[in-house]
Amino acid sequence: MPAVSKGDGMRGLAVFISDIRNCKSKEAEIKRINKELANIRSKFKGDKALDGYSKKKYVCKLLFIFLLGHDIDFGHMEAVNLLSSNKYTEKQIGYLFISVLVNSNSELIRLINNGIKNDLSSRNPTFMCLALHCIANVGSREMAEAFAGEIPRILVAGDTMDSVKQSAALCLLRLYKTSPDLVLMGEWTSRVVHLLNDQHMGVVTAAISLITCLSQKNPDEFKTCVSLAVSRLSRIVSSASTDLQDYTYYFVPAPWLSCKLLRLLQCYPPPEDGAVKGRLVECLETILNKAQEPPKSKKVQHSNAKNAILFEAIALIIHYDSEPNLLVRACNQLGQFLQHRETNLRYLALESMCTLASSEFSHEAVKTHIETVINALKTERDVSVRQRAADLLYAMCDRSNAKQIVAEMLSYLETADYSIREEMVLKVAILAEKYAVDYSWYVDTILNLIRIAGDYVSEEVWYRVIQIVINRDDVQGYAAKTVFEALQAPACHENMVKVGGYILGEFGNLIAGDPRSSPLVQFNLLHSKFHLCSVPTRALLLSAYIKFINLFPETKSTIQEVLRSDSQIRNSDVELQQRAVEYLKLSSIASTDVLATVLEEMPPFPERESSILAKLKKKKGPGAVSSTEQEDGKREGGELNGGGERGADSTIAASNASTPSPSADLLGLRSSGPVSAAPPSAGSLLVDVFSEAGPAAPAAAVNDDGFLRDLEPPTESSDSLLAEGPGDSDSAPPSVVSEDPAPPMPQSDELLHKFVCKSNGVLFENQLLQIGVKSEYRQNLGRMYLFYGNKTSVQFVSFSTSVTYTGELQSQLNVQTKPVEPLVEGGAQVQQVINIECLTDFSDAPLLNIKFRYGGALQNLTLKLPVTVNKFFQPTEMVSHDFFQRWKQLSQPQQEAQKIFKASHGMDKEVLKGKLLGLGMALLENVDPNPENFVCAGVIQTKAQQVGCLLRLEPNAQAQSGEQMYRLTLRSSKDTVSKRLCDLLAEQF
Amino acid sequence: MIGGLFIYNHKGEVLISRVYRDDIGRNAVDAFRVNVIHARQQVRCPVTNIARTSFFHVKRSNIWLAAATKQNVNAAMVFEFLYKMCDVMTAYFGKLSEDNIKNNFVLIYELLDEILDFGYPQNSETGALKTFITQQGVKSQTKEEQSQITSQVTGQIGWRREGIKYRRNELFLDVMESVNLLMSPQGQVLSAHVSGRVVMKSYLSGMPECKFGMNDKIVIDKQGKGGSSDEAGKSGKQSIAIDDCTFNQCVRLSKFDSERSISFIPPDGEFELMRYRTTKDIILPFRVIPLVREVGRTKLEVKVVIKSNFKPSLLAQKIEVRIPTPLNTSGVQVICMKGKAKYKASENSIVWKIKRMAGMKESQISAEIELLPTNDKKKWARPPISMNFEVPFAPSGLKVRYLKVFESKLNYSDHDVIKWVRYIGRSGIYETRC
Repeated sequence: MPAVSKGDGMRGLAVFISDIRNCKSKEAEIKRINKELANIRSKFKGDKALDGYSKKKYVCKLLFIFLLGHDIDFGHMEAVNLLSSNKYTEKQIGYLFISVLVNSNSELIRLINNGIKNDLSSRNPTFMCLALHCIANVGSREMAEAFAGEIPRILVAGDTMDSVKQSAALCLLRLYKTSPDLVLMGEWTSRVVHLLNDQHMGVVTAAISLITCLSQKNPDEFKTCVSLAVSRLSRIVSSASTDLQDYTYYFVPAPWLSCKLLRLLQCYPPPEDGAVKGRLVECLETILNKAQEPPKSKKVQHSNAKNAILFEAIALIIHYDSEPNLLVRACNQLGQFLQHRETNLRYLALESMCTLASSEFSHEAVKTHIETVINALKTERDVSVRQRAADLLYAMCDRSNAKQIVAEMLSYLETADYSIREEMVLKVAILAEKYAVDYSWYVDTILNLIRIAGDYVSEEVWYRVIQIVINRDDVQGYAAKTVFEALQAPACHENMVKVGGYILGEFGNLIAGDPRSSPLVQFNLLHSKFHLCSVPTRALLLSAYIKFINLFPETKSTIQEVLRSDSQIRNSDVELQQRAVEYLKLSSIASTDVLATVLEEMPPFPERESSILAKLKKKKGPGAVSSTEQEDGKREGGELNGGGERGADSTIAASNASTPSPSADLLGLRSSGPVSAAPPSAGSLLVDVFSEAGPAAPAAAVNDDGFLRDLEPPTESSDSLLAEGPGDSDSAPPSVVSEDPAPPMPQSDELLHKFVCKSNGVLFENQLLQIGVKSEYRQNLGRMYLFYGNKTSVQFVSFSTSVTYTGELQSQLNVQTKPVEPLVEGGAQVQQVINIECLTDFSDAPLLNIKFRYGGALQNLTLKLPVTVNKFFQPTEMVSHDFFQRWKQLSQPQQEAQKIFKASHGMDKEVLKGKLLGLGMALLENVDPNPENFVCAGVIQTKAQQVGCLLRLEPNAQAQSGEQMYRLTLRSSKDTVSKRLCDLLAEQF
Repeated sequence: MIGGLFIYNHKGEVLISRVYRDDIGRNAVDAFRVNVIHARQQVRCPVTNIARTSFFHVKRSNIWLAAATKQNVNAAMVFEFLYKMCDVMTAYFGKLSEDNIKNNFVLIYELLDEILDFGYPQNSETGALKTFITQQGVKSQTKEEQSQITSQVTGQIGWRREGIKYRRNELFLDVMESVNLLMSPQGQVLSAHVSGRVVMKSYLSGMPECKFGMNDKIVIDKQGKGGSSDEAGKSGKQSIAIDDCTFNQCVRLSKFDSERSISFIPPDGEFELMRYRTTKDIILPFRVIPLVREVGRTKLEVKVVIKSNFKPSLLAQKIEVRIPTPLNTSGVQVICMKGKAKYKASENSIVWKIKRMAGMKESQISAEIELLPTNDKKKWARPPISMNFEVPFAPSGLKVRYLKVFESKLNYSDHDVIKWVRYIGRSGIYETRC
């Protein structure tokens, strides 16, 4: 083909493209493309040498076909050939093809990299630029690996052309973004920073993007850029619009560069150097001044450029947050924009003001614009602008204007867009709570909120209002009255019914004196809403009814009638049915005293972070809540319902599922049975821990070895603390409070016996504290986890625990405890790990002493640590023959211990099996000739020796006088062991 | 119940839009265009559900026909209707094309009013329609003629009017079959079936009663029981098993169900009497033997032999063999003994055409394909070699045994009718893997 050198026009390509465009259908297009591909393939066939022009043309066609969405699997080689051409147009097409169609073919990549390398080292600036663009466009890791070292050199070399420097800076930025680990600036850092002084504005603009990105990662290295940036900025700002000829955009000097400089400065704190700072402040002032000048052009580009700089400057001022003068000026400037006719400007002004409002210097200044903002909320046509206005109102709210703002937001809520309603509701609820001066206003506001936007009021909001009403005595009456009135509306929202049911159930008596709201009227009002509500609300209403019975005995018969009706007592919903049945029984059986105790008024809720605030935090959105505000909210919320701990020890009345009672059951264990097989669905911490005990045990045991090896002998210090012997455990009552460890509690032995056959469970529980145990044993080592759960809402201070063991126990056991945190928050749980080593067999249990201060009063508890000798059993399997042989070997009288005792738990075979397995011995089947009997075998592992044990349990269902009796026989190689085990086990069956 | 019917050109512009029910809004037209015609991925399913509206479409050359409905209609009914609609339009103005539709849009709306009423299909018999929907201006008919049309259209035999008279009573019968095959390279039949149609052109006077007989296995076996065993044995060999069949509306189905005899009063002119499908004992007219050899990475040698497998006295026509070539083909050399062969780059295949070929012959083509080495590791999928042809016999083995005409009122008998029977066997999808 003759070389057509008519510039860049490729006729063949143009014809092909117009052919494609003229195709009537997809099929025709595919046919045309197939034909062209076949043509190109025949041209690219190795034997013919193509000139550069046709190569370029065909590669172009391939690229076009690829961009139409067809696969291209050849032509890469030709494209790489084009790279090495000396003609710009051919090189350009080659690079274009490579950057669009590069794949990770190693062989080809090598060739491409070679081509790029050649171009980078050439002196031709256009070639260098092409190569740099290709690297940036591909931006792959391979590229980064190959050229990350090369490009900084080009960037800072003195003899590089400006345009190449520009490209190099941007290319490096791209590589840094894709693989930051490969781009190491190191020695280039200072020279890159000095690019800010470059003569050429384009280079500075490109370099500043790179520097901004780099300095975000390692600000310290690039610290020097601050002063350079400030001086550059001041030069631009102070220059006349004609100074920077090419870089003046509609009379604004270098707007992009200025914006970037201001943004770079936002990465750093205010400069410490006074001169630099002065210069910067001067710059910012100049920018603010310029905004006041009349526009030099009516074109929109002029004002856009000017405002862009202005907004960046304001952002910087807000970032520094240290110049009250500037902040106020910025605020005023933004205030002007609030009334600008350009919607975008209004949006930006509202957004920036949101951040300004959180600054202490400008908060007051922002507040002066409240009328404008409220107006914006009402009249803006664009929803996003209205949203910003709402955000700003939220941000500028404080005690002085809360009432006004909340009222405005409430009235806006009626017409607000659905998309922002939920957020608005949350904001109103938070503001109302945060800045409430009197609680009747708060209650009014929230009830209004539920009335206006009930669907958007989340659970948290109405939980919160109930918490506050319950914690504050002074509003209860008012709340009951308001709720009663609100409920009288013919249609009220379900959330309103919930609040109404709860509050009337608790405080209905406060308004019962008025004949217009007599008990029966209240009840009828509530019940009229009953059938329109969903199941959870109905359940709540049922609870309210039973509370009515307690509050107003005269309503008893009416309510019982309702509960007895088929629609309640035979309701298809289990929860409702159960409540109806239980409440009906409760009301008819229990005496008024009992009823009054059970249905006592709810105790105050513990103080915790407002759940609404937590919810708003989850919702994204600029200016939602800044962290300072959150703290603020916590503090203010605290003083709002801090209403003292009033009778925290009072029993929790009618704890039912739907009541949001946070103190219901912290550990979730109360309902679980005596055996630790609590259902995992209970979802409490402790249960979770248990459920993983199985698989985790071996792994933990392995760790134990290493851990226990460096155990030290028990510390002596703990001994002196023990004043009384552990033997007389029945003596002192638990109420004795002293700094010394209290004697063991009377029930401690009983508690200990609970743990003979199991290793996990609740060791102890009273109104304040719950102690859970989880333990694992392996050979002569054991590890026990104790979980101390604070059931109250008040923190325990100076919480400490100690384990003591005296006398011969010291030579028998080795116990090491880890200290616990001295503070246990209300509702929290702490964990303690105890490591136990069995030196030799033992019969007594170590004592666990717990001391803490609850509300100033010292609490002192002593329990027995549930460690018994059988924990160190290693099960031994053996056949009948072996068993009896060994049985006979241990026939000396002191080796045997026997007991005959009455069965105290019945004689279920499976239960017995379970207990014997829990004991730790191997349960041997088919050994004893009598299938009713149980025999077990095991070895107790101690550090000193191993003690073999055999057990035989003979149940006798019909002994004398028809009572169920057991005969338990234990034989072991050590008499003390037999004795101790026999004693322990006798309590178990 | 069809809610609306739309016809689009290939660009998706609406040519005809007729809405029958209120539940189909105007936006349905756009919905189909946007979601099917202009869809990014080609829509292959003929039924598309868009916003609770079902669209059933067929495509004829560059024309899209789409029926829209919100109800749960019988899809087979809708498609049958759409095909019928195509046939009617073809019968009125020839090939379905954008220009033809634009030129005849008044006629089309008229037809649509007639053949669909509130979305329920009505009489779509071309012959009947042509009596009252006419293309040329006609003088206003007399009262009698009008009432005749009315009674005919609403009467029992809606497809034939009374009082047709021909000087020569003639009758043409075409058995047209298309044979489909997929064969393994070793010559094993993987799947094969014949779908056939019996098309009739009748020029008969009066209201003749016709009876059509063919070598259907069930009929032959039944007759064999009654007749002599010798005859049954002879004809039994040649009977065919029909898997399923459908008939024109004129065929009395009750008679077919009880006696398996096909009797009918034919419409005037051309119509399709029946359609059928067979899968057993198919005569495959051609055998294709491919041989593909890859020589290195840059060359492929292909040799294909075709053998005709029917009576030497018969001639097959319009034979065309398509041999697919790999996607990286850079050059092809072909040598063939008979016919013409050419590499068609736009279709990525070698097309070998033979005008005529007698039975029991064979012919061969060999090609050398040069490949461009690519860096793609994908292997060529080797699509099957496909073939087109036309043979003058029925590959299913169907034979017309008789076609009797009875006309009691007029004075002509079966012998006076001139009958022509023709068999045409065509290729459907006739492929051999290579």
